[in-house]
Amino acid sequence: MSFVKNYIGEVWGAVKSLATGMKLTGQYALRHKKEKITQQYPDNKDTLKLPERFRGEVVLIHDENNEHACTGCTACELACPNGSIKIITKFDLTPEGKKKKAVDTFVYHLDLCTMCNLCIEACPTDAIKMAQTFEHSVTDRNKLIKVLNKPGSKIREGVEEKKSQ
Amino acid sequence: MTEEVVITDQDDLIINVGPQHPSTHGVLHLVITLNGETVKKVEPHLGYIHRSIEKMCESLTYRQFIYTTSRMDYLSSHINNHCCAMCVEKGLQVEVPPRAQVIRVLMDELTRLASHQLWWGALAMDVGALTPFFLAFREREMINDIMEETCGTRLTMNYMVPGGVMADIHPNFQRRVHEFLAHFKRKIDEYDELITDNIIFQNRTKGIGFISKEDAISYGMSGPSARGSGVQCDIRKLYPYEVYDKLQFKEIIESGGDCFARYMVRMKEMKQSMSIVEQLIDNIPEGDFQAKTKNVLKLPKGEFYSRVETARGELGVYIISEGGTTPYRIKFRSPGYSNLSALDHMTRGQKIGDMVAIMGTLDLVIPDIDR
Ligand code: SF4
Ligand code: SF4
Repeated sequence: MSFVKNYIGEVWGAVKSLATGMKLTGQYALRHKKEKITQQYPDNKDTLKLPERFRGEVVLIHDENNEHACTGCTACELACPNGSIKIITKFDLTPEGKKKKAVDTFVYHLDLCTMCNLCIEACPTDAIKMAQTFEHSVTDRNKLIKVLNKPGSKIREGVEEKKSQ
Repeated sequence: MTEEVVITDQDDLIINVGPQHPSTHGVLHLVITLNGETVKKVEPHLGYIHRSIEKMCESLTYRQFIYTTSRMDYLSSHINNHCCAMCVEKGLQVEVPPRAQVIRVLMDELTRLASHQLWWGALAMDVGALTPFFLAFREREMINDIMEETCGTRLTMNYMVPGGVMADIHPNFQRRVHEFLAHFKRKIDEYDELITDNIIFQNRTKGIGFISKEDAISYGMSGPSARGSGVQCDIRKLYPYEVYDKLQFKEIIESGGDCFARYMVRMKEMKQSMSIVEQLIDNIPEGDFQAKTKNVLKLPKGEFYSRVETARGELGVYIISEGGTTPYRIKFRSPGYSNLSALDHMTRGQKIGDMVAIMGTLDLVIPDIDR
């Protein structure tokens, strides 16, 4: 007798457990508030706002006078673990006739970058930052090699190269 | 003299599972010897995602090498980074400020939650239920958003640096964690209703993939997989680091040794992690988030070792330094590798359909096994 009893008990338990799960699924199907929990990308392109710390790509900050704070000290190049940054420096002549190191071309390999943020941390003058752009797909990977200093840009007045301690 | 045991014979069927098989969750290649549907032997073949991280680290400085470890066990990248940072700190003898310690533990536990959520969804999918996967991702998304706000990335964080954390927490961090906790407290009961109590799931996991306590120890298993067999191995309890010794939480140990026991360990661990986050979230001490360190880090000559409990088990980082700016040799003791070695033992004599459940409860992350 006890065998039959156990058997019926087991079947009852099984049906009950399945019904509990089905009830939950049913609740979701019927009473769910129809809120969308996935991002409606790309339809929400205009309203999509990524957090300000989001690491999308490295950019050199330029102000309205087309000036930046990069002294060409190559600290970021040394900090980068995989050689995504290459700084080509030149020597500007100051009004006093002295030579001063400045950045000529700031080459940035977006294709190599791992968004580790180490270059930003290393920069003594906070000249670079992470931008929130993320639509980086291109058909030719040479397009991912970027020059970050804009043409004609120069270093902002008063920014001095700090010696790293 | 050792006795030679012949387990395969000529009529056996040898099949390959992977390296591109959905249930292996990555490029794991298993060569399985079958007798009918019964598994006689499982031989994992590794190397498909070997990136030689350990060798690579030898040419990177002590600040740079940490980011590579996010790519080992990508589901607990914070905890990997944490272990590396701790090892470097040991060498430098720097004291991590209390605020950074608490932030680190908070991030670790959130990562553990996210990792276990993903595991839960993936396991349910492996044994044949699709809906839980979406539910798990809904909750995991909230954690990812929190991470994105504070650390800037969603998966490969590189947030823990030698001396503390890279940036202070975002002003919204505490509020959003509270929101998440309130939400997940309700939802974890749904997890139980859907899967834990489900009779089909129980029949597929109870008594399957048994491994005894002794075997688990001798295979070097760690983490929730070993605790399912009754092994006491939580690094957070045994060798407390950061603020873990001041926290109230239980080490979850189940004695079953089967898939269901390992499942229950992780389910209960999620509740423990939530309680840890709750204890800390309103008690983040004021102060610096990073200790002052030199620009160029140099470890003294010697050997340094640190260990943490990741979502999968014990991760060890072993650095040999010759006194320079780069390590002479780095070795990572990854939890997945040892846990995988027990797979053959667990699956012997089981049906091939159950192997998927066994692998699911081992919670293997292949890039962690194959560094
Ligand atoms: S984010 Fe990292 S990988 Fe990218 S350029 Fe900066 S240092 Fe290099
Ligand atoms: S560290 Fe800053 S200032 Fe120096 S080269 Fe890089 S961007 Fe320019």
